[in-house]
Amino acid sequence: MSELTRRLVLLGPGLAWFALFLVAPCAIVFVYSFLERGTYGGIDRVFTLENYTRAADPLYLGIFISSARIAAMTTLAALLFGYPAAYGIAAAPKRWQVPLLILVMLPFWSNYLIRTYAWIVLLNREGLINHGLEVLGLADEPLPLLYNDFAIVVGLVYGYLPFMVLALYSSIARLNPETLEASADLGASGLRTFLRVTLPLTVPGIAAGCVFVFVLSIGNFITPDLLGGGRTLMVGNLIFNQFLSARDWPFGSGLAFLLIALMMLLLLVQAVVARRAGGAGLHA
Amino acid sequence: MTAVVAVDAIAKRFGAVAAVDEVTLGVAEGEFFALLGPSGCGKTTLLRLIAGFERPDTGRVLLDGRDITAIPPNRRPVNMMFQSYALFPHMSVSGNVSYGLEMEGMKGPERSRRVAEALDLVRLGDLAKRRPDQLSGGQRQRVALARALIKRPRALLLDEPLAALDKKLRGEMQVELKRLQHETGIAFLVVTHDQEEALAMADRIALMQDGRVAQMDSPRALYERPANRFVAGFIGLMNFFEGRAAAGGVEVEGLGLLKAEGGQSGEAATLAVRPERLRVHLAPISSESANTLAGTVVDISYLGQDQLVRVRVAGQSTPVMARVASATDVAARVTLGRKVWCEWPPEDGRVLLT
Repeated sequence: MSELTRRLVLLGPGLAWFALFLVAPCAIVFVYSFLERGTYGGIDRVFTLENYTRAADPLYLGIFISSARIAAMTTLAALLFGYPAAYGIAAAPKRWQVPLLILVMLPFWSNYLIRTYAWIVLLNREGLINHGLEVLGLADEPLPLLYNDFAIVVGLVYGYLPFMVLALYSSIARLNPETLEASADLGASGLRTFLRVTLPLTVPGIAAGCVFVFVLSIGNFITPDLLGGGRTLMVGNLIFNQFLSARDWPFGSGLAFLLIALMMLLLLVQAVVARRAGGAGLHA
Repeated sequence: MTAVVAVDAIAKRFGAVAAVDEVTLGVAEGEFFALLGPSGCGKTTLLRLIAGFERPDTGRVLLDGRDITAIPPNRRPVNMMFQSYALFPHMSVSGNVSYGLEMEGMKGPERSRRVAEALDLVRLGDLAKRRPDQLSGGQRQRVALARALIKRPRALLLDEPLAALDKKLRGEMQVELKRLQHETGIAFLVVTHDQEEALAMADRIALMQDGRVAQMDSPRALYERPANRFVAGFIGLMNFFEGRAAAGGVEVEGLGLLKAEGGQSGEAATLAVRPERLRVHLAPISSESANTLAGTVVDISYLGQDQLVRVRVAGQSTPVMARVASATDVAARVTLGRKVWCEWPPEDGRVLLT
């Protein structure tokens, strides 16, 4: 077997899967987004740009912006919680690192929907947190923890923190420990070593983690629905509604395609950042 | 005289292993000092204890007589050159070199002047704007040196500084390191597993074994007057004859009395003789004063200037090694399987008590 056929045989099944179930649906969405809505749902094969001009309407633009805001808050929170955790794992003795990483991924072993429901139990007015605060005498009346943006961010951070931790860990673990020691040796305090050496050298991991979390958060529709109580509409919910309630497939497709384009752009930015850093910083 | 850096009965264990076991030594002002030993002997741990990256279990680290054991590495006036060089890959050459001064808060023209000075010292002036990944191994090593020297430390610690270079460059850098040490007057403490490197560069060597100092001496003394069997075997090539000390030498089974100086009657002893001290003869010789051994040539290794001739001697499990200069009649005529006679004067052997 030649090298080429060998590669085709190995890559074939995976590529076919992606082509059939990812590329093809995306292409369909792309095409639908330029068509008109049928009278009883479905599509009419008439070319139009109206779906895109309609997306620029302040109503929908606002949803994009508030989605981006929630995704950005989620990303920031995940970075702040994730960096110390990833650093801690990378600094742990070698034999502990794999068990700790498995712990990070453990939540994936149960269903996302169930885990999101669990947050309702924790956050609601009579939930564990409010009840606990009351017992401790720290709050006179229940705090509004559920059915708001705070709850959405909590849920999204919880759901996507593992991606952040894994991306950061892979970057931090590749640091040459002698580089950090060299910084201390030259007179830098722990904080200055972190700001001048550790942080710049882990920018690729930060970029990867942030893009993962942002992209996953902005498209999520389950968490805003369940934890946001449907009060905050995110792009995911809007698309969901266009397809399943409003039965406006072309407009849903247009919104979906805009979201896809935004994600692709962010992934491109991340790829550029990673290439710029270009494995710099790592073991010589 | 107070040592610039010293360790006093310092010890460090990693689990059950005593990496450094009660070591006491000091490096003098302007001295080039080498810690030599096989891997795992504790020499790098000792260096890291002095730099402050490891805390000793017991003992003290002293700088100009002052106890600095509790001071963190960023406040110790010693600098280290790492084995991996550990350059900051996201900074230019001059960024790397100026880092230590920036941490001191030095600014502006004074800093630029010092950076330029340090780069000139290691002859890298024209590469200031490059990034580490655009440099060769030898250039990276010079950057690491400039970066460690720029703060004018009391002592420079070098962890296997030449290990990553090829053999020819290594030779050049040995001379370069000596020049730098001489020009700056800073005490150098270098860790190496390469005995030739240590012998060529250092004023004094501490040869370490299992976390302890086996012998601390000048290179010449270490080579010519090894204190024990380990030192004799580690540095250079050595012939060993096991036996018992007797009046006037060492009594070796099957060979009789091999004449040498020193040793107490009856003790187990080893006679050690360097291969270059043996003279090889192609015809029988008899000498009243010298030791002679007859044997058969089993191997000849051509080393350029010399040939190392291995001679099987009855009763000895390892062949006796003799170094023969290539430009001699004997070297030209010695062949495998030939019978030869080796001879050395008693004062060239050294009696080691085991």
